[in-house]
Amino acid sequence: MSNPGGIGAGSEHDEEFRSTEEMVGGSIAEEYLPDGGVEEGVEIDLAAVDPGLADASHVAEVVASDRTIHASVGEPLLQMQGVTVKFGGLTALDDVTFDIRRGEILGLIGPNGAGKTTCFNTMSGIYRPTSGNVLFDGRPIGAVKRNQITRLGIARTFQNIRLFSDMTALENVVVGTDARHRTSVPGAIFRSSRHRHEEHDALDRAMALLEFVGIGSRATEKSRNLSYGDQRRLEIARALATQPKLLCLDEPAAGFNPAEKQALMDLIRKIRDDGFTVLLIEHDMRLVMGVTDRVVVLEFGRKIADGLPSEVASDPAVIAAYLGVPDDATA
Amino acid sequence: MSAVQTVGQVMADGVIDFDIGSLGRNFWALTIDGLTYGSIYALVAVGYTLVYGVLRLINFAHSEIFMLGMFGQYAVLMLLGFTPRGDAYDEGTVLTVVYLLLAMIGGMIVSGSAAVGLERVAYRPLRKRGAPSLVFLITAIGASFVIQEFVHFILPKLTNDKLGGVNAQQPIRLVVPSVQFSVFGADVTNVEIVIVVAAIVLAVATERFVTLTKFGRGIRAVAQDPVTATLMGVSRERVIMLTFLIGGLLAGAAAMLYTLRVPSGIIYSGGFILGIKAFSAAVLGGIGNLRGALLGGLLLGVMELYGQALFGTEWRDVVAFVVLILVLMIRPTGILGESLGRARA
Amino acid sequence: MSTDSTRPALQLSFSDKLRLWWDALARPTQWAVGVPFIILIALLPIIKPPLLTTVGTDFGSVLAQFGMFALLAIGLNVVVGQAGLLDLGYVGFYAIGAYTVALVTSPVSPWNLTDDWLAQDWAWLFAVPVAIAFTAVSGLILGTPTLRLRGDYLAIVTLGFGEIVRLLADNLTNITRGGQGLTQVAYPVVGVSEERPNGIFSAGNTIAPLNSGTWWFWLSIVLIIVVLLIVGNLERSRVGRAWVAIREDEDAAEIMGVPTFKFKLWAFIIGASIGGLSGALYAGQVQFVVPGSFNVINSMLFLCAVVLGGQGNKLGVILGAFIIVYLPNFFLGRTELLGIPINGDDIADYKYLFFGIALVVLMIFRPQGLIPARQKLLAYGRPIYVATRKAALALSRKPAVETKGGAR
Repeated sequence: MSNPGGIGAGSEHDEEFRSTEEMVGGSIAEEYLPDGGVEEGVEIDLAAVDPGLADASHVAEVVASDRTIHASVGEPLLQMQGVTVKFGGLTALDDVTFDIRRGEILGLIGPNGAGKTTCFNTMSGIYRPTSGNVLFDGRPIGAVKRNQITRLGIARTFQNIRLFSDMTALENVVVGTDARHRTSVPGAIFRSSRHRHEEHDALDRAMALLEFVGIGSRATEKSRNLSYGDQRRLEIARALATQPKLLCLDEPAAGFNPAEKQALMDLIRKIRDDGFTVLLIEHDMRLVMGVTDRVVVLEFGRKIADGLPSEVASDPAVIAAYLGVPDDATA
Repeated sequence: MSAVQTVGQVMADGVIDFDIGSLGRNFWALTIDGLTYGSIYALVAVGYTLVYGVLRLINFAHSEIFMLGMFGQYAVLMLLGFTPRGDAYDEGTVLTVVYLLLAMIGGMIVSGSAAVGLERVAYRPLRKRGAPSLVFLITAIGASFVIQEFVHFILPKLTNDKLGGVNAQQPIRLVVPSVQFSVFGADVTNVEIVIVVAAIVLAVATERFVTLTKFGRGIRAVAQDPVTATLMGVSRERVIMLTFLIGGLLAGAAAMLYTLRVPSGIIYSGGFILGIKAFSAAVLGGIGNLRGALLGGLLLGVMELYGQALFGTEWRDVVAFVVLILVLMIRPTGILGESLGRARA
Repeated sequence: MSTDSTRPALQLSFSDKLRLWWDALARPTQWAVGVPFIILIALLPIIKPPLLTTVGTDFGSVLAQFGMFALLAIGLNVVVGQAGLLDLGYVGFYAIGAYTVALVTSPVSPWNLTDDWLAQDWAWLFAVPVAIAFTAVSGLILGTPTLRLRGDYLAIVTLGFGEIVRLLADNLTNITRGGQGLTQVAYPVVGVSEERPNGIFSAGNTIAPLNSGTWWFWLSIVLIIVVLLIVGNLERSRVGRAWVAIREDEDAAEIMGVPTFKFKLWAFIIGASIGGLSGALYAGQVQFVVPGSFNVINSMLFLCAVVLGGQGNKLGVILGAFIIVYLPNFFLGRTELLGIPINGDDIADYKYLFFGIALVVLMIFRPQGLIPARQKLLAYGRPIYVATRKAALALSRKPAVETKGGAR
């Protein structure tokens, strides 16, 4: 962060720095946070605004992506082929090979420091592999600028929720839809037909998405005022708004109680049933076992298991990775 | 009126002259003068770099801290009985040094207290409230102009028009610049020697302080990792106050040295441009890096003088700005790169 | 704890109700409500209300100044308030706009076109779009290398830019005549009559109350409305949403597909253009352009107007501009206030001091300004606002319900 030229890269180290800064500086006082607004606690009836939203199948239809995906269902959508990523002397990923198949829910697990985040960043093109290939929907991923990731067709949620707190839930999701819009300044100023079309489409899709994830009634609340669980749902809705080929959820269950985790699992299945492919990065074994179709396990940058949840759960290497070998005093 | 035609016309008008000959002829004189100014920039740059290293904040108002130092040392001289008159005083070497030292201490006291006061009144409430950095910047620029306008309008009322106001203070000259020796044909005056030597002494002292003393270690610890430093028993508030104090003291000293070189520069607006230059110097050397501030200051001073010879006096102030932009675009971490606590992210 | 059955489930203050009502209105209705208000403001220099009117200086001129300042505030608000980019050198764009008009139309300028083919009467009107274009380009030139920098660095670089523009104006004497300035800048020649041989916009039109100040004020009102429409359209589009996203969390915005650099640059360019327009207005109004008017300290005043009024709120910053312009002029020439003798001229001189203090105090106690931003980012959001209003009003009529744990 001492680099004045950078905009504060979203790397793990910087996230760490940010939270210590907050710890030392004290929490942010009310005056500096955007106004909650009167909508706090107000629940609106979205079906009254758009009657079509009362019909769940209609909602699912609007939410579903209209992006062309080359891989058929069941075929590899994303392929990691012998990917090695080195940062100077540190090998973060070592010859990792696995697939994500279209239409599945894949779990990516491993102890802390196993390389899950590096793996994920490499998949979305932020890091370039030192060796090996990443193929997405049949084509190799070159160097990708951060704001091109959604154009590739990859969307993500964040480990520590990063919503736009000054915006309402609806506006947050609309920003997601903007990723696929092409209106620019002249179009906006003169209200071109493309602008008008995209704005209508954005609103319809955003309302449907909010209904889909279950927070439709909270559409006009500032995202800062939503409950923790609702905020997580909102993040998912925003990611889906970009119409991804691959949705990546980064520890979406952090901080949830068992009931909330169950609800989350239902939502993830619902998303998959609507035609999306989901990558789930998680710690929570029960969640992973409960909702994924296949699991990949990393440890120290290497893949140590890859298969059905039940197989992986009883794999001795996996158990050793998480619990340590019997003689270790430390867990 | 295309852009090319415009630039061409401007240069053809002889307004921006490329005078390499002048640079070549006066190279050593320019270098010596550049080092002189550069020493002053270096001392002020340390203030920017320290605060940035510890707080990640650009203290815009630091330029006004410097300006107050100029008035402070001037006030001391007035209190000692000196008045602005045409000729310079000649009190003899020993006494002159004593008076200059007193003036410098006066300037340092004014600047140091102003810096600590600024931190207390303007920045600390923001820190306590966890304000985002945009807010700090806005406050800094507000504070900067409050101090300027105070000296502009209020100070004359408080001192019976003796200090402050629209015009610069009439110079009080204690030293007659006299050539001591020559370097490659360029003269070196006593004033230049005093400035450079004093700056070096102060700079080395500061560096030793930061490296060797317990307080200095506290500064580096907080710069590197505020939380752990607190856990180790370092008081963050104390360190911050100390950081501002050191920056203020150095700026006050630099103020006195500056008036030796530019006796007519004591005016309410006299800090602004110098502040931008010192900040550019800090960035050039590596923001957050103490040695970088020193190196950057000297380099910038020299580049400025060369630029002045090449393009004309009126373009001198532009050099710092251009340097700043280029550094931030090409090598944002500056020449020496590392931050105060060493290799911070 | 017992339930207080008289306390409503949702407390709505008057300003809340006002805002809910306004948001739920159809656009034509909003115009119907707004226009009379605008007309009232426009009539101020004619009505000259006794409490408001300035003693030491012409009220019409003060309002004209306010109009210009309001434009500046709206432009700077786009950069600082909406996109969150701290531009401390906004005065530079203002200066470029003014100087472009002056250079094109002043008889003493080397680039004067009015003795060539440009008729004096239309010169100002021609020069304005040229000024806007030049300023926009300068915004592009300044923004491209600097917008990748962190906020602090952007701030100081733009500060330097403002100073550099002034230095250029001062030093390029062959072109700008330095401190002597460019005189006889053109103005729109309209409404020539016997008493007003040079038209209503000429400085020579001193016939109250329809003097040149009043006419320039009315012209600026028109321009402000146009600019507000443009900025409003931008707010309620992908662009406005991108700006808020960038301001909130630039990295997350990038990952969500927002092309941050592109839109930051656009914010700069649009802000610059509006600044340039205001500069063109200024040049026509005072008809004399010198570098001294474009000090960096004025950048601080512009920033103060935006921050004081409410950064991010395009109407709030107009209020901020009014306060910044009006207050010092209120004191000018005034020798007593509510029976207490004062030196009004002195107080007016202290304006930079007072507004600097205001900035510092505001940042501590009320950083959101007088009228906090309540941006509307949806182009077709009205049905949502109608539904929200209905639900909010219904909730405010219901008694609070005591739930387990005491939450609402």
